[in-house]
Amino acid sequence: MSQIVLPQSQISYLSDGVSLRSWLLTTDHKRIAILYMISITAFFFLGGSAAALIRYNLIVPEGMIQSAETYNRLFTMHGIIMVWFFLVPAVPVTIGNFVVPLMLGARDLAFPRLNLASWYLFMAGGFCALYALFSGGVDTGWTFYTPLSSNYAQGHVVVVVMGIFISGFSTIATGINFIITIHRLRAPGLTWYRLPVFIWSLYSTSIIFVLATPVLAITLLLLMFETLFHVGVFDPKLGGDPLLFQHLFWFYSHPAVYIMILPGLGVVSEIIPVFARKELFGYKFVVWASVSIAIIAFFVWGHHMFVSGQSLFASVLFSMLSYFVAVPSAIKVFNWLGTLHKGRIRFDAPMIYALGFIGLFTMGGITGLYLAALAADVHLHDTYFVIAHFHYIMVGGMVSAYFAALHYWWPKITGKMYPEMIARAAALLMFLGFNLTFFPQYILGYLGMPRRYHAYPPEFQVLNVLSSAGATILAAAYLLPLFYLTYSIFRGARAPANPWGSLGLEWQTPSPPFTKNFVVTPTVTEGPYAFSKHETFDV
Amino acid sequence: MSEEVAPHTHFQYADARHQAETALSGMWLFLASEVLFFGGLIVAWTFCRHWQPAGFDAGSRETVLWIGTVNLFLLISSSFVYSSGLAFMEAGNAKRLIQCCVATMAIGSLFLLLKFYEWHIDISEHLFPAGPFKINGADAGGARMFWSFYFVATALHAAHMIVGVGLVGWIALQARRGAFADGWLTPVEVIGLYWSFVDIVWIVLYPIIYLVGRE
Ligand code: HEM
Ligand SMILES: [Cu+2]
Repeated sequence: MSQIVLPQSQISYLSDGVSLRSWLLTTDHKRIAILYMISITAFFFLGGSAAALIRYNLIVPEGMIQSAETYNRLFTMHGIIMVWFFLVPAVPVTIGNFVVPLMLGARDLAFPRLNLASWYLFMAGGFCALYALFSGGVDTGWTFYTPLSSNYAQGHVVVVVMGIFISGFSTIATGINFIITIHRLRAPGLTWYRLPVFIWSLYSTSIIFVLATPVLAITLLLLMFETLFHVGVFDPKLGGDPLLFQHLFWFYSHPAVYIMILPGLGVVSEIIPVFARKELFGYKFVVWASVSIAIIAFFVWGHHMFVSGQSLFASVLFSMLSYFVAVPSAIKVFNWLGTLHKGRIRFDAPMIYALGFIGLFTMGGITGLYLAALAADVHLHDTYFVIAHFHYIMVGGMVSAYFAALHYWWPKITGKMYPEMIARAAALLMFLGFNLTFFPQYILGYLGMPRRYHAYPPEFQVLNVLSSAGATILAAAYLLPLFYLTYSIFRGARAPANPWGSLGLEWQTPSPPFTKNFVVTPTVTEGPYAFSKHETFDV
Repeated sequence: MSEEVAPHTHFQYADARHQAETALSGMWLFLASEVLFFGGLIVAWTFCRHWQPAGFDAGSRETVLWIGTVNLFLLISSSFVYSSGLAFMEAGNAKRLIQCCVATMAIGSLFLLLKFYEWHIDISEHLFPAGPFKINGADAGGARMFWSFYFVATALHAAHMIVGVGLVGWIALQARRGAFADGWLTPVEVIGLYWSFVDIVWIVLYPIIYLVGRE
């Protein structure tokens, strides 16, 4: 690719049209990222309100307000919104949309119109789900196990499932866009091993988007067929096989849990070297760990079904394969620690989030191994231990990573600096509130408190009250950025092009970037973390 | 903003060729995703057949073999016709491309008409798996399951066909407006990939629906 100069393109993408139309019909990846950001923020607070009500209910053993039916609807709504309408699109689709072309030195994604279409699909799916959740709700849990979901559940299962089905195609479209863009639109000199780790992790995530989501889609289609016509595909009473549903569901949903962590691993690998001012330790190990996590993820789904009656042979196999996932995960943790070792560490807000991520992700991952152990899982399955396990990874890990990414790239996205001190305070508060909320749940689960009940034996009350108290702190910590980030858009100091002294390409264009990202397509001559060669870059 | 730096070249591409190859690889990747979509269905289908072979066989004996077979030949010939259109266009003959597109659409529509007629037969013979069902006794459960898969698979395939007929029509319109006159054939090729894929899906579905267990 030769260098092309585009002189007329030197307007910031934010001032390139201000009408609503110029936003809703934009094909600029940066504006689409903003559209996503606004939508998922709304979903996050909706799902969060459901969580608040769940924790409110669990303050007393007999349940505070709701009937069991209401409670079931609340946790279902919470799970569905948080998984499909917040966490799956949070880092990959929202942050990814903004930074992927910038990191590659490209002017846009490969298929800009497909990108806009995918946002509309996402919103269409989101509205289906919202309609169903507000006009009566669904009481199946986010996993839609049959035959409960198809022939016993009350509520709008078909409409919610339709919403998830539609939004699934939105993520497939984004996955295709990312993979093709990464293959085809890299700047001159940007070889595969010079790509930022974030790009590698999004590449792995996109593989899962493209190859696992269609399996969920067909599963949901069969589920809708069974529900609408009362025929037996999964319902044993009608001659179907309920385990078939679980196999198909988890064949998607286990890889999907990695959709909800791989991008976070990428964000942290991006932030740690910058704020430790050291080259990422073991770059190749880190990137291949991402890819191997994405691959192994397709072969471990059976660990969700140890007590389902699947054959012992299958269980042993799935248990062993699940242990394998821990290897690349641990490689990443050790490489971050290696990077931190003897680094000159700065504790800016993104770094605090990233460090919190390392601890919480490790806790979540290690307890995953407990669950992957057959005998232990018989006891722990469907208890609060499982809840704590995946919240440590998905919330402690991935949501922290989302906030890390948001703060790290905020100057680039908005052209404004956020207020640093209050951001650090929010990050610490989040860490504290999170642990107070979810650590007691490990103990509760170990003591045998099952998940998904709206009442519990009185001896569990102390730990539950602690957990609810933690949730209050956590909620406050999540609300803070909403205020100070919004404030900074209007009153924040102007951001320089490269406030953190990073070496990535996205920092070599002004903040906020031009509509076409780069005036001159950059040429890359070294890896993204070669800090040792750039002492003067220090800020 | 869909500004073009050169004819048919969006601003993030170096040149038209770079963009054309990218578009093709995008379609290939989409088709990979489609393979998993239909693949999930076929795996579930195969799994269930192994579980209840007698019922599935009883179910598949009720399918209308002649329509499935005619449709198989229709689709294979449609792919041939469409590809000839592409070859004609490569030689600069837009008129032939338009004719081929129209022929492809006609064959596709014939396929769909036959499919609707087949569904009509199936339903009037009480082969829809919900409600009163033609097959009773020990094989009823498996046969119902066969027909559930049948209806989901054929409806999904028909939906793809409808989209395909629309896309081929769009190619014909573009060709009439002279869009491909300067040798830029990317859309023709991309849609061709899609059409052949839908054709191949039928080639895979055909034996599963009509042949296996028929004896
Ligand atoms: C070190 C790697 C991991 C291992 C070995 C592991 C293992 C397990 C096992 C065995 C279960 C089933 C427990 C049961 O239901 O009895 C489970 C549940 C779960 N895990 Fe993990 N896990 C790992 C990483 C992750 C990651 C990275 C995520 C998400 C980002 C995650 C999210 C979940 C979720 C959502 C569930 C519960 C699903 C449900 O039943 O609702 N896990 N994990
Ligand atoms: Cu899993």
